[in-house]
Amino acid sequence: MVEDGRMSPAVAALEIRGLAKRFERPAVDGLDLVVPAGEFYMLLGPNGAGKTTTLRLVTGLLRPDRGAISVFGIDALADPIGARRIMAWVSDEPMIYEKLTPLEYLDFVAGLWEIGADVAAARAAELLGWLGLAPHADERCERLSKGMRQKVALAGALVHEPRLIILDEPFTGLDAASSRVVKDVLRARVRAGCSVIMTTHILDVAERMADRIGVIANGKLIADGTLDGLREQAGSGHASLEDTFLALVAQDAKA
Amino acid sequence: MVPGSLAWFSRHEVRLGWRDWVALITAGRRRRAWVAGIGFLAFSAGLHGLAYVMLAPVVRRGLAADRQVLMAITGTLVMVMSLMLAQAIEAATRAFYARGDLEFIMTSPAVVTRLFAVRIAGMAVGILIMTLVLAAPFIDMLAWLGGAGWLSAYATAAGLSMVAVAIGVVVVAALFRLIGPRRTRVAAQVLAAVVGGAFAIGVQFSALLGFNGGTMSRFAALAPYAPADDSWLLWPARATFGDMGALAITLGASAGMLAVAIALTAPRFGRLVLAASNAATPVGRAATASAGGWRWRSTSPAQALRHKEWRLLLRDPWLLSQTLMQLLYLLPVGFMLWHNFYSGGATSGFLVPILVVTAGQLGGGLAWLAVSAEDAPELIATAPVVGSVVMRAKAAAVLGGIGVIFGPFLLALAALAPGDALVALGFVVVAAISATAIQYWFRTQVKRSAFRRRQTSSRIATVAEALSSTGWAGTAAMAASGSWGAAVPGLVMLAVLGGVWMVSPSRE
Repeated sequence: MVEDGRMSPAVAALEIRGLAKRFERPAVDGLDLVVPAGEFYMLLGPNGAGKTTTLRLVTGLLRPDRGAISVFGIDALADPIGARRIMAWVSDEPMIYEKLTPLEYLDFVAGLWEIGADVAAARAAELLGWLGLAPHADERCERLSKGMRQKVALAGALVHEPRLIILDEPFTGLDAASSRVVKDVLRARVRAGCSVIMTTHILDVAERMADRIGVIANGKLIADGTLDGLREQAGSGHASLEDTFLALVAQDAKA
Repeated sequence: MVPGSLAWFSRHEVRLGWRDWVALITAGRRRRAWVAGIGFLAFSAGLHGLAYVMLAPVVRRGLAADRQVLMAITGTLVMVMSLMLAQAIEAATRAFYARGDLEFIMTSPAVVTRLFAVRIAGMAVGILIMTLVLAAPFIDMLAWLGGAGWLSAYATAAGLSMVAVAIGVVVVAALFRLIGPRRTRVAAQVLAAVVGGAFAIGVQFSALLGFNGGTMSRFAALAPYAPADDSWLLWPARATFGDMGALAITLGASAGMLAVAIALTAPRFGRLVLAASNAATPVGRAATASAGGWRWRSTSPAQALRHKEWRLLLRDPWLLSQTLMQLLYLLPVGFMLWHNFYSGGATSGFLVPILVVTAGQLGGGLAWLAVSAEDAPELIATAPVVGSVVMRAKAAAVLGGIGVIFGPFLLALAALAPGDALVALGFVVVAAISATAIQYWFRTQVKRSAFRRRQTSSRIATVAEALSSTGWAGTAAMAASGSWGAAVPGLVMLAVLGGVWMVSPSRE
């Protein structure tokens, strides 16, 4: 579904340099991060490490104190509209309208991203089918379960075919079946050439889905690489991601 | 205090109610408690002054418990009662739909019927307090000027609140049974709006037709329809006048009605709450239509935003009831237009300001919903749409809504007096734009469900909105009368709006 030629592997999906944001204390503290195009990148970190703040800075929901953010070569701070056009954001709380039906919601999102009616109709039908929402397409979202609402939000994020999908804890409150559907949809998008950046506390998911994993602590990227690469950095041999993650965070705390 | 007893639950409810109220007034800031306290004292002092100015001449002329005075008091009590009943219906609806701590308490070994009894009684206390905030200064002044007997009006008010809650709770419970929990929510709100406005509007009709002239109250116009002197319908009025026998009967009957209502509804309260919460949860029914039935249209972001706002506004039960209330208040205007049209009389200048003030108030509500009550703010913020486009689209949605509501009234006015209609059109637009601008300057991020409490998010915005709608209405009235002096209040209003903008958070 991604147009040929739009994906240039030479251009990173996301490039962050010296990003900083301070609230009462530094939330993001001179973060550098590069996510190559076409990767499923998992961002891990303890509570309060700065994962969500980083993603909110990337999506333009927060303004950084300093630093640079580039999305597929577009300076997201200088040209936020250009960057938003190719990005999608899914938070842990479904951003939907209780009084709209999934179809009406997708129609609204298609309008915001200026997707033509024919394209929007085809994509909506495809997404509703994939996500198992077709039987509920005309029910108001207020009558849907949390899992179904999250799927509606995901459909909204995908209807404009973003090149970079950013998800913050998308599996919060989802049952096993819904989680599986969401994972399958995200994998399919990556196979189609899309880039995905996701935060999660469910390390099993990260272990199974991620091409690369970044670990943030105290607003800084303390480790970045494949699972094997992280194990090497942590010196934890063939340990699970959980052991590796805890070892990396402990090392950073000692330093 | 025995845990689970009526007294224990009462203490629990009083504590929760008090903390809710303090949070509402202070918005979580300790310093605001002082400001709010001083503000309330100043407001109450001002109201006492107003009550003195209004009542002193009437009391000095002498107030005897004659037919006209008793009907005037009865009329006032019916109006107060209708407002109390509207509040009671709304409070009962909220109680049935608010899950809050109920599921937790209902799964405890406590006798929950006692809690429900306390909550229903609590509604009566809450409504009484809200009423007395406005009524107490008038009662105090009557007692000061006319004798301590008038203090019994406090007890009459307590009786009225008990009757209002008794009726309100039973009505909402009956609606649950008759039309189901899903429809009850909207139906109860519409009913509350109609009940709250109906009587006052009825009296406005009589005033518009000139039934009363120079009497102490518009309700005195009802004197010809007064029941016999010894009728029980006049007992509450007599009780207000200080007749202890009538007061005892009124209070006893009221308490009895509330007790019966509690006995009838408290044991079913839990079942109704569960039914209401189930109505809001997934039903898992099969789809009634397929995705293929939807008509997809290519739209610009601004069009998409406008359509979304209109769709949500139309599906908002709180807004529906408020709009209905505003439209009810416009009915006398419509009636006046019709009356003048057929009688060939001149259009009264007061029609223009009524239209303008209503447009300002309704515009404020619509703008708050569109601007502050955005349920998916992050979706809009991450969409490739410039912020100014979003705001312009939302403002256009508000003005479009105002146009649909006020268009018919303006057209009717145009048929009668084109000049007045033109002035009204201009100031309806100005009032709506001003209200929208104020909501934009003081925008917050809240859920649509907070509509009831929208006035508490910013006191300045609330006062500014009221000032704007009444100020533009006054300016419109002068303009409609052909006076160039209208430029003066117009300029004052622009200065006021400028001042409001200067102190608004949007400048930071």
